[in-house]
Amino acid sequence: MNHKLLVSATALVAAMTFSAASHAGATLDAVKEKGHVQCGVTTGLAGFSQSNDKGEWTGIDVDMCRAVAAAVFGDAKKVKFTPLTAKERFTALQSGEIDMLSRNTTWTLTRDTNLGLNFAGVNYYDGQGFLVSKNLGVKSATELDGAAVCIQAGTTTELNLADYFRRHGMKYTPITFDRSEETIKAFEAGRCDVLTSDQSQLYALRIQLAKPDSAMVLPEVVSKEPLGPVVRNGDEDWFKIVRWSLNAMLNAEELGITSANIDDLKGSSTDPNVRRLIGLEGIKGQGLGLADDWAYNIVKQVGNYSEVFERNVGKGSALGIARGLNALWTDGGIQYAAPIR
Amino acid sequence: MPMDNQDDMPSRPPFWNDPDKRALIFQVLVLAAVFAFFAYIFSNTLHNLEKRGISTGFDFLNNEAGFGILMSLIPYDETYTFGRTFLVGLLNTILVSFLGIILATIIGFIIGIARLSNNWLVAKIAAVYIETFRNIPLLLQILFWYFAMLPLLPHPRQSVNFGDAFFLNSRGFYMPAPVFESPFLWVLAAMIIAIIAVVVLVRWAHKRQAQTGQQFHTIWVSLAILVVLPLIAYIATGMPLSWNLPELKGFNFRGGMTIIPELAALLLALSIYTAAFIAEIVRSGIQAVSHGQTEAAYSLGLRPGKTLQLVVIPQAMRVIIPQLTSQYLNLTKNSSLAAAVGYPDLVAVFAGTTLNQTGQAVEIIFMTMMVYLTISLLISLFMNWYNKKMALVER
Repeated sequence: MNHKLLVSATALVAAMTFSAASHAGATLDAVKEKGHVQCGVTTGLAGFSQSNDKGEWTGIDVDMCRAVAAAVFGDAKKVKFTPLTAKERFTALQSGEIDMLSRNTTWTLTRDTNLGLNFAGVNYYDGQGFLVSKNLGVKSATELDGAAVCIQAGTTTELNLADYFRRHGMKYTPITFDRSEETIKAFEAGRCDVLTSDQSQLYALRIQLAKPDSAMVLPEVVSKEPLGPVVRNGDEDWFKIVRWSLNAMLNAEELGITSANIDDLKGSSTDPNVRRLIGLEGIKGQGLGLADDWAYNIVKQVGNYSEVFERNVGKGSALGIARGLNALWTDGGIQYAAPIR
Repeated sequence: MPMDNQDDMPSRPPFWNDPDKRALIFQVLVLAAVFAFFAYIFSNTLHNLEKRGISTGFDFLNNEAGFGILMSLIPYDETYTFGRTFLVGLLNTILVSFLGIILATIIGFIIGIARLSNNWLVAKIAAVYIETFRNIPLLLQILFWYFAMLPLLPHPRQSVNFGDAFFLNSRGFYMPAPVFESPFLWVLAAMIIAIIAVVVLVRWAHKRQAQTGQQFHTIWVSLAILVVLPLIAYIATGMPLSWNLPELKGFNFRGGMTIIPELAALLLALSIYTAAFIAEIVRSGIQAVSHGQTEAAYSLGLRPGKTLQLVVIPQAMRVIIPQLTSQYLNLTKNSSLAAAVGYPDLVAVFAGTTLNQTGQAVEIIFMTMMVYLTISLLISLFMNWYNKKMALVER
């Protein structure tokens, strides 16, 4: 009797001690050990993260994760995706279920400070807009007093909507759903007059309508929505890898390096900037703790920022969104990445 | 051999051999271990949250919410606090649970008794109802009612119009809202007095019937009292009641009261689903009453309807009530599926939007769990009290 008690007491104490040890800054090690990056994405949003019927994921956020995988493993395919609703995305990241969240998440002060998370950059500058049915005869968002508005729960969209209508002294009725697919279904069924979300999402949702031309996006952009990848606090190495993966893609576009010409440039280019990005000279992968060809792999396997943008949300896709704010600073937009040197 | 060993044995063994004391020591140790475990979990969670920079504490309840809620029984807009959103969600949950319980009980009893009918068609229809709605998952039923109902309803600009006061469209069912002026308190007081009068009347009529066997038109007289007394008060105070009619302004109706389609769909689905289970419970309760009771009642000349009402069901209630408690608790907890259709109940508003906006998952989920636990315990308490009242007192 005494013996059993002693053994169980010791086991309890031992269990306590081991589980009390928490892991700080160990995401990179865990990822390398796992052999893949666990990436949190949406449950299905055209252009950003969507899986086809074969289970293959595409989208600008998906490519962000692939870029990180290419940097860490040299293989952009070493990613596994976890679909998350807007309500569960932060808890999944905080708890360690995913390594990074690439789910068109807006960078705000509250999220940066209250949740124990870090925003590693902005891969899409967006703004909130309104989608209305053309037969409502509305030409501007200021005519929406008293409207019923469909929104996705747990997003900055809800807050911005409240602010906008309050500022203009208008009333509205919010109809909140968990998933963006449900919002567009309710919009089509006539439950609400207006659908509000980030403009990129509006274009993506509009193509799901039976008659996409029956709805129009109103011209007003009522908020700033810088969307980007998110990682946990306290993980400096991992944070820097994600940040510089994005910067590599932007710098590649600036230098005119594409996935098609990178091999030629590797052999023939004498531009020191190009050579530094490809990993032939300069700091290479040393600072990040990665292989020397980390940026080369990103551009070769995923593409530069322009390729990623055009193929997912731009001219090469069903959404057809113009570069706008997301063009490089040299082309009239605000995408400006720190140099690789 | 003389049995004198017993004098040498101590009257009680030492405490480590005494079974009672050992049991006590073990229980104390186990309790201490359980407490220590929970204390450890609590402090470990807190430690880890702080280490990762995630905010802790309940201060967020005083911060401004910043988002709107579709339906609220108390005044609410985005300048109220997160604590207020908790109350709004809680009231919405209680509303749909309360209405759902009442509806499910009524439908369930009807279907359960119908299932036992001698009429073949009625019994079969009830059986089909029970089998269909018991076996389809509740979430699918909720989505069905919501998305099947919505396309059938017209756009607000083409609403179905009932006398310019009631409107039905895809945004809800609009009714005139009563506006009470202060003299209405007298009418309220008159209503309360009328209710008390009716209760006293019913008791008196029962006693009189038990003593003398004379029946009394309790129902008619009670109805008369309930209607006439408040009516007199109403007229005497100058009719202090006006109506706020819903009007179409721009996109939607303003004013009046609304029943939103989300509430209707959720209520329908919950009631119909739980009624299928309650029907089977009622049937089992009725069949548990010995057939001898029915035969004896018939031999006394009671008609089947009266037999059911006066003899069978009161005895069946002993079997029915404990199971009804479970179904009521199930209904209350199932109401959390409201998030699927956008009905702003506690889970959708508080454990959904507020959780996501503040990021404080642990505190919020804890509060939500405590609420459901409290509601369930209250329902159980009430039903247990009712059960005790209904119990047969045996000699």
